[in-house]
Amino acid sequence: MNAWPAIYTLWLREVKRFIRNRSRLIGSMALPVLFLVVLGSGFGGFFRYRNDVSYIEFIGPGIIGMTLLFSSMFGGMNVLWDKQFGFLKEILVAPVGRMAIMTGKTAGTVTTSMVRALVLLVAMLAGGVVKFHVAGLLLTLVFMCLISAAFVSLGIALASWMTDIHGFQLIMNFVIMPVFFLSGALFPLENLPWWLNILTLINPLTYGVDGIRFALGGPYRFHPLLDLAILSGFWFITTLVGAFMFRRMYA
Amino acid sequence: MNNTPTLLNSGPLPHESCASPIIVTQRLTKSFGDLVALDELSLEIATGELFGLLGPNGAGKTTLISILATILPATLGKASVCGYDVWHDQAAVRRSIGIVFQDPSLDDELTGQENLDFHGRLYGLDARTRAVRIDEVLNLVDLQDRRRDLVKTYSGGMRRRLEIARGLMHRPKVLFLDEPTLGLDPQTRRKIWNYIRGLKESYGTTIILTTHYMDEADQLCSRVAIIDHGKIVAMESPANLKASLGGDLVELETSEIHPEFGETMRNSDQVTHVSAQDGHVVLTVTNGESFIPRVFETAQSLGMEISSVSVRKPNLEDVFIKLTGREIREETVAEPKERIRLYMWRRRK
Repeated sequence: MNAWPAIYTLWLREVKRFIRNRSRLIGSMALPVLFLVVLGSGFGGFFRYRNDVSYIEFIGPGIIGMTLLFSSMFGGMNVLWDKQFGFLKEILVAPVGRMAIMTGKTAGTVTTSMVRALVLLVAMLAGGVVKFHVAGLLLTLVFMCLISAAFVSLGIALASWMTDIHGFQLIMNFVIMPVFFLSGALFPLENLPWWLNILTLINPLTYGVDGIRFALGGPYRFHPLLDLAILSGFWFITTLVGAFMFRRMYA
Repeated sequence: MNNTPTLLNSGPLPHESCASPIIVTQRLTKSFGDLVALDELSLEIATGELFGLLGPNGAGKTTLISILATILPATLGKASVCGYDVWHDQAAVRRSIGIVFQDPSLDDELTGQENLDFHGRLYGLDARTRAVRIDEVLNLVDLQDRRRDLVKTYSGGMRRRLEIARGLMHRPKVLFLDEPTLGLDPQTRRKIWNYIRGLKESYGTTIILTTHYMDEADQLCSRVAIIDHGKIVAMESPANLKASLGGDLVELETSEIHPEFGETMRNSDQVTHVSAQDGHVVLTVTNGESFIPRVFETAQSLGMEISSVSVRKPNLEDVFIKLTGREIREETVAEPKERIRLYMWRRRK
């Protein structure tokens, strides 16, 4: 059977649920806006990254990374809710390949995460937090898509591995939050103790945030090609792991 | 009574017809660790049958359906649906079947109509077919007026009806209904029974339903397999099953049972079975009504006092008790299910 209709169907479901649920949309936008505005102006008063880079300009790309991380991971882990509420059975018993299901689910969640992050990006461009130029914006989109797709796959992999929703809090505290805090989204990573530095260097989001910073004309650390390579590698691995885990999942 | 399966050809049949028997299992076995859920179970179901799997919770009904629906691999043995092996031809089996799960499996955040549309898309139906079928199945289960409401606003009975409707969207040749009326009120149950009968009549769909409600199997099914501990203990039409008990049931209450009473009753040629316990006597008797005077005569001559007497036709519950020595009880639910869950969890670690 042709896989495209099934991929489209699962994509459509994610998008429909996204559009329908206004409160969830507002809820998921509130945290990044809070971080950007409150932290940005709170710390902005006595902290500058460099003379030419204010704190809010520094964390802008980080907040985009954060939005993508949270909504993509939550979206991928939604599989767990589908499992809990039984809908996953309906999907798994259909004459549709597992890979088509995973692809559709990923595409849908990447779409909805991108919409959230793009709303923020547009607001930041309008507010002058990040700098506008066409090539940079395109590169930003590439980085954003990669971050989102990689973390959706990771979310699906974790959700396939877990049996019920009780492990969710664990993932939140031991995966999502550390990945966020150690990504350089909120503070520069140059002066960390060596052991924390190692953690930041193995954190894939570090390279995502760094890549977006470069693309938006901010203060970057690594060569953008290195960012791109590491992030692509991470995406490739999470997709493989996610596919493997999802394949052997029983509803 | 007629025991042969009826073949229905009325209404639009699924595009290609399957050879009968439509479902075959051969020594199908499924074990979860040391728990044997299905024990060398063999059966054949003919095209167009409304077949009931009856048994207490944990008997293996859902396991059997899950294997037939390709969502659980069997440990040993073979099973085929429409001639396709359930493990090697998964895609072909999946296209041929519809399934209504025991637990809800709808998307609460979509409308009834969207749930059906989603299903139609997954099964590769084009837009026009989907629109026509959605109308059709919604009419069948009387949900036309609620089609644009989110499923989370539906009652339990409405959800179940919507799931049945969804199972029909792609016109499956075989429809599995796992405890279709579990936890529903009597009125809703009766309604759903009517829909199920309607399906068989309009589409000639082969329907396999599991239930632990005796009356449900009795009312609906043309043939019933009684399953206990993963084995089929009887497979017959409900009428034949009840007839196999050998008559009506005469139940009487007495203060004490005279030792000779049971003996005398047993020696009567009308009586096929006697059981007595704590002043409660059950006689299986041909022509129960005409036998009552004899009961009183005997009791009187032995000086026994009978406080109440009743005659009733046997039901499937009686058949089950006779075959397994137990009643179908709901208490047995949790244990095997919990064990299966634990086993799956451990195995994945």
